[in-house]
Amino acid sequence: MKKQKLVPEPPNLSRFDLLSEEIVFIILDFLNENPLDKKAFSLVCRSFYAIESRHRKFLKPLRSEHLTKVLNRYPHVSTLDLSLCPRITDASLGVVSGSCKEMLRSINLSRSKFFSHVGLSNLALNCRNLVEIDLSNATELKDLAAAAIAEAKNLERLWLVRCKSITDIGIGCIAVGCRKLRLLSLKWCLGVGDLGVGLIAVKCKDMRSLDLSYLPITNKCLSQILELQNLEDLVLEGCFGIDDDSLTAHKLGCKSLETLDMSSCQNVSHVGLSSLTSAAGSLRQLILSYGSRVDLALADSLQKLSMLQSIKLDGCQVTCSGLKAIGNWCVSLTELSLSKCVGVTDEGLSSLVTKHKDLKKLDITCCRKITHVSLAHITNSCTSLVSLKMESCTFISAEAFVLIGQRCQLLEELDLTDNEIDDEGLKSISRCSRLSSLKLGICLNITDQGLIHIGLCCSKLKELDLYRSAGITDSSISAIARGCSGIEMINIAYCKFISDRSFMSLAKCPKLKTLESRGCPLITSLGLTAVAVGCKQLAKLDIKKCHSIDDAGMIPLAHFSQNLKQINLSYTSVTDVGLLSLASISCLQSMTVLHLEGLTPSGLAAALLACGGLTKVKLQASFKSSLPQLLFEHLEARGCTFQWREKIFRVELDPKCWKLQLADAE
Amino acid sequence: MDPEERLCADTWTKSSLGCESLNTPSNIRIFTDFNSQQQKWENSSFLVQQRFSDFNQPFGGQNSLSCNVNSQKQMSDPQDKPTCDAHESSNMQDWDPRAMLNNLSFLETKIHQLQDLVHLIVGRRGQVTGRPDQILVQQQQLITADLTSIIVQLISTAGSLLPSVTQTLSSESSISQLGQFAGVTNQSAGVSDNVPPHNNNVNKVEDHSDLTGYFGAEQNCPIEDHEMKSDDDDEGENLPPGSYEILQLEKEEILAPHTHFCTICGKGFKRDANLRMHMRGHGDEYKTPAALAKPNKESSSEPILIKSRCNTKKFSVIADLKTHEKHCGRDKWLCSCGTTFSRKDKLFGHIALFQGHTPAIPIEESKGSAGPSDRGQCSEATNKVEQLEFNYKLDAPSRSACQNVMDVEGLGGSYKLFLTFGF
Repeated sequence: MKKQKLVPEPPNLSRFDLLSEEIVFIILDFLNENPLDKKAFSLVCRSFYAIESRHRKFLKPLRSEHLTKVLNRYPHVSTLDLSLCPRITDASLGVVSGSCKEMLRSINLSRSKFFSHVGLSNLALNCRNLVEIDLSNATELKDLAAAAIAEAKNLERLWLVRCKSITDIGIGCIAVGCRKLRLLSLKWCLGVGDLGVGLIAVKCKDMRSLDLSYLPITNKCLSQILELQNLEDLVLEGCFGIDDDSLTAHKLGCKSLETLDMSSCQNVSHVGLSSLTSAAGSLRQLILSYGSRVDLALADSLQKLSMLQSIKLDGCQVTCSGLKAIGNWCVSLTELSLSKCVGVTDEGLSSLVTKHKDLKKLDITCCRKITHVSLAHITNSCTSLVSLKMESCTFISAEAFVLIGQRCQLLEELDLTDNEIDDEGLKSISRCSRLSSLKLGICLNITDQGLIHIGLCCSKLKELDLYRSAGITDSSISAIARGCSGIEMINIAYCKFISDRSFMSLAKCPKLKTLESRGCPLITSLGLTAVAVGCKQLAKLDIKKCHSIDDAGMIPLAHFSQNLKQINLSYTSVTDVGLLSLASISCLQSMTVLHLEGLTPSGLAAALLACGGLTKVKLQASFKSSLPQLLFEHLEARGCTFQWREKIFRVELDPKCWKLQLADAE
Repeated sequence: MDPEERLCADTWTKSSLGCESLNTPSNIRIFTDFNSQQQKWENSSFLVQQRFSDFNQPFGGQNSLSCNVNSQKQMSDPQDKPTCDAHESSNMQDWDPRAMLNNLSFLETKIHQLQDLVHLIVGRRGQVTGRPDQILVQQQQLITADLTSIIVQLISTAGSLLPSVTQTLSSESSISQLGQFAGVTNQSAGVSDNVPPHNNNVNKVEDHSDLTGYFGAEQNCPIEDHEMKSDDDDEGENLPPGSYEILQLEKEEILAPHTHFCTICGKGFKRDANLRMHMRGHGDEYKTPAALAKPNKESSSEPILIKSRCNTKKFSVIADLKTHEKHCGRDKWLCSCGTTFSRKDKLFGHIALFQGHTPAIPIEESKGSAGPSDRGQCSEATNKVEQLEFNYKLDAPSRSACQNVMDVEGLGGSYKLFLTFGF
């Protein structure tokens, strides 16, 4: 905006008046990166203010108290996200339905409490064009609320995750009322069974996406669901009522199904799967995590899926012959996940990856038996890998990691947490110039030498995890900050050599959103101030156990970090003053305040009262008795939840211990 | 609830409400005044940090919640005065005495209200007979909360002398709304500005730097001012821009992406090593990788199948539970057409067959009675032996069937009525 102001303007005519409103709208469409940009725009002059008011379609208010005014200012809002307002009463919903009326198309109430069926009914009756409602986590709502939702006749997408008190009757009302439903999530709706889900299948013929995770349903409604002509995405995670017998007993068919999730369906084996999959020929993604054993029989039963691109077998028992059989499928997989699978060996994995050369995503997290042989095969055949996750593959020797950089240079996501990789490996990996996420937590063999190469070459890096990689010091962090100025998340927790110098160099990364620096005793308020001034986007800050940070760091933070949403201050030297100053951050939602020696009960009370947007606070249990119960009742009524901890101070463990304890176990 | 307590709470709410009107304009004015400085702040340089070591300002608020309000005020006042004297030269054009006056008069009102409240309590003390201790505690709590808010307000007023206050105003006005609820007052957010040395240093630095930004801010100022006034006079409905904020967050920021879950307690972790560390706390038997690799079965399955929703009964065999659920619950299942069914599956068969019919919610529930909420939840697990009388497929229902329903409909008028007006 500043550039425009420099242009000399004729006295009576603003150049902006020559632009049509549509053009200004298009310009505004590009002003999305920082929410404050649009605010700055609207502050320029009266006509900009009016234009911005007419332009905005999406609104995510911070406080429900202002709904009336905000909605009056923005008459064209069609998407209302109330997930930052923990307290939404029927009156608030009345305001929404009164002001938005037919304009409103989508509303998110998944993080809000204190409303009832009355408000919902008001909403459904007044906002006739609602197509999307997220009511997740409304555990108190009963069938009456569902019946109120059923009045929203144009509804297409509905989330009812964890609405535990809604029963078949309520779902029946929705099935009858909302005939246009395309997406429905009933995850954890434990009160809904075969009858309700069956009625959905009968009445809502447009259904595309259905999430029935953890419902007590059986095959009776499953056969009805699979008759839906348009169903593309079906999630049956943890449906223990579905078993082989019932799957084979019926002739199933669902030609349109593309994604099927049957994780944790422990009563379904290859027998049931083969009858299910023979019907669903166009399946592209199959998730069978934490299910039955992946052996030859299971692999063969899935062979018929000619369109399959992605399969996830996380946490399954896997046999060598099973992996080999998957390797012999005629399809070429692009995504494979074997995270936490027991029984993955070099032999099985190697034969699998040599056949599936097109793999783009591979997850072998915690496959503890594999060695450099597997990694050699993976890098050799899967050269187009974009994502490789291999946390805790501890038997792979340090030298093997060089292969990744040599052969898989298209990698964008690489998880090497808890591995033996050393500086040579890192130097090689720096050739992956597209890398955007790199996780090197608990890699005790790496030092600045290797990491500096990453800083020099991986300019697209957005996420860097160095948790407990104790060999890292300031010089590599400076290199990262210089080379990867677009970095959004960095974790340097327990890298105890890190000092203010690192923070000062990170201050030059304007996009930094998440900064975790637990247990860095050298960092002081000076470094934190630099970050606060430089990183305006900072939303999450964890400075637990940074003992040298005190109130002098909190005050600039309160001034500059107006986007801060979450903070952990445990074990710092912050006192009442610092905590109270944080109240000026209007979007602060979550605070963890344990073991602050300078914190008095009355200081805490003042800070809690002053922070109007808090939704989650972790406190020491001792404060529970030293502060009036009325205070907590008041804060809870605002929508804040408290978590009480009685942790005793523990001496920090030696970093080596993180490695040793696994050796212990094995 | 104790009637006495309610009375006090009511009074309290009123007093908070009363200050609303007084407070709002002052908020806006401060905002207007300091808006020009906000822009300067945006550009402030790094020199800030060096001055921080100077920061050692005593904080007069937090330990004195129970002390006399007037003395509190005196305590803070000397703090403020030297500040504005010392830096008058650099601050002169920013400081609006009228805004300050507004703030102070707000404080005055607030203190008077508190005084009234205490008077009330004193007056009532004679009348109270039962449980005097408890009431005393409650009264103390009320006053403590009130005092806290006054202190916060005071600090913020002091802070408004300094140019950086604008940043904080957004949260102030929102808190003011909450004040209505039970005793937080406005402007509790401005505390951070209570650091005179630091702020003024920055201000000096600022004056020399970035002149363009400064002029830009100057230019906007009159327009902004005008805007505010028109808002106040005409509608009073539009929020002044800047007194609230809109923040957009991604979904994954809210839900932490944990990939490793504890099989015992379900806690999630980002790294397997953290999970292993956590498992040590559960005991030695969970230390081996083999134990860790077990899928998370039990934790999610058992509550669903074994726990009955009838509070009293427990079943160890699933079949028993199903048998029970078939007969448990309400006697009659209602359709919106008025037809009643002895079993739930019959009702759903009926609804599946006919267009426009919908399950009816029993009247007790619609009245919001606090009765057992599990009456409708008892028969979810269907039994496989049972065959439905109705065909589930929605082939166009035959005319005769429709006729039958029409007949029943006359009887069911009352249910219909309830459906329309009951909620």
